[in-house]
Amino acid sequence: MKLLSLDFVIQRSLSNYQIEFMSRPVQYNVTPIPADINNSLQVAPMPAGHSGEGFFATKLESVVGLARANSIWPLPFATSCCGIEFMATMGSHYDLARFGSERVGFSPRQCDLLMVMGTIAKKMGPVLKQVYLQMAEPRWVIAVGACASSGGIFDTYSVLQGIDQIIPVDVYVPGCPPRPEAIIDGVIRIQELIHNEPLRRRNSEHYKALLESYGIQ
Amino acid sequence: MLTNEHIKNKLIEKFGDALTDFSEPYGMLTFEAPKDLNLKVMQFLFDDAELRFQFLTDLQAVHYPDNKGRELAVVYHLHNLADNVRIRFKVFTSIEQPDVYTATKLYESANWMERETYDFFGINFVGHPNLKRILNVDEMDYFPMRKEFPLEDQTRVDKDDEMFGRGGSFN
Repeated sequence: MKLLSLDFVIQRSLSNYQIEFMSRPVQYNVTPIPADINNSLQVAPMPAGHSGEGFFATKLESVVGLARANSIWPLPFATSCCGIEFMATMGSHYDLARFGSERVGFSPRQCDLLMVMGTIAKKMGPVLKQVYLQMAEPRWVIAVGACASSGGIFDTYSVLQGIDQIIPVDVYVPGCPPRPEAIIDGVIRIQELIHNEPLRRRNSEHYKALLESYGIQ
Repeated sequence: MLTNEHIKNKLIEKFGDALTDFSEPYGMLTFEAPKDLNLKVMQFLFDDAELRFQFLTDLQAVHYPDNKGRELAVVYHLHNLADNVRIRFKVFTSIEQPDVYTATKLYESANWMERETYDFFGINFVGHPNLKRILNVDEMDYFPMRKEFPLEDQTRVDKDDEMFGRGGSFN
């Protein structure tokens, strides 16, 4: 008997809910919930270290990684539909600025992250490589979409079968085209790479051999 | 009114039996000319006071590998802008010596299209002012639209033919 009455209460409350919220398809924000600023703001986590009265000690590497990861300047190299998705990613709805990457630069000298979006024809290859060479170290590359990653559906004589044939790539974003969420995920993965990158990586033999394999330097 | 019949009669009157294979697919007059006559035919179509085909809409090639001795066809699409009439004619050439006279002296628009046709089919347009590759990479050493060359990129390493509907277990 008690169980029955509980069931009844649940049904009643559900129908009240439906009347209140679901029967107004053209009205929005009639009773907006105030944003909880205290819970929705996130501050970049502190790196591991030693703290005490009035001091905090950590590795230089961690501090540099923290600063770099949250202020990436992307250089968009957009050739087709993935570029349109990137525009949405930069727009207010998806808002890449939330990750410290709102400063889209169109000059390779100042940018950190080369975002290659779209089909790269073989004739475009040397141009892309030159843009990469013009970027200052440290630099990262993200291949957005199937075409930039592997040539995609364009299995043909005129299309480069993935930009990793000419420049080293850090993160590949799959999709044709990928949704803005996927591009943001790629950027977050780049941030993780940057965050954890040792300061000496760019001087290491391994890194030099990698560039050597692409005929750079 | 410029009818296909009238154009055909004027062409036969001028060139006799040299022009062959007259047909009208979808109402568009089409015929074949010997490749040595291509400029003379175009000049006649251009200059004649009635015909006035003074615009070259399109120029491209087709490769017929089984058509021995006449493997490559060059197709010209001409447009009479005054009467809004279009015609099309083809010349055939062998693949061993794919020389065709250039139309650039008559039609400026032929310049770009002949470079493109050379780029993809290797037609040697005799007299073209700047016959070199235009769309493909300069270091390409073949003519990709000829049928003997596979469409797929030969440098690809991570693409499985099976996944692209070619061969494999899904024949």
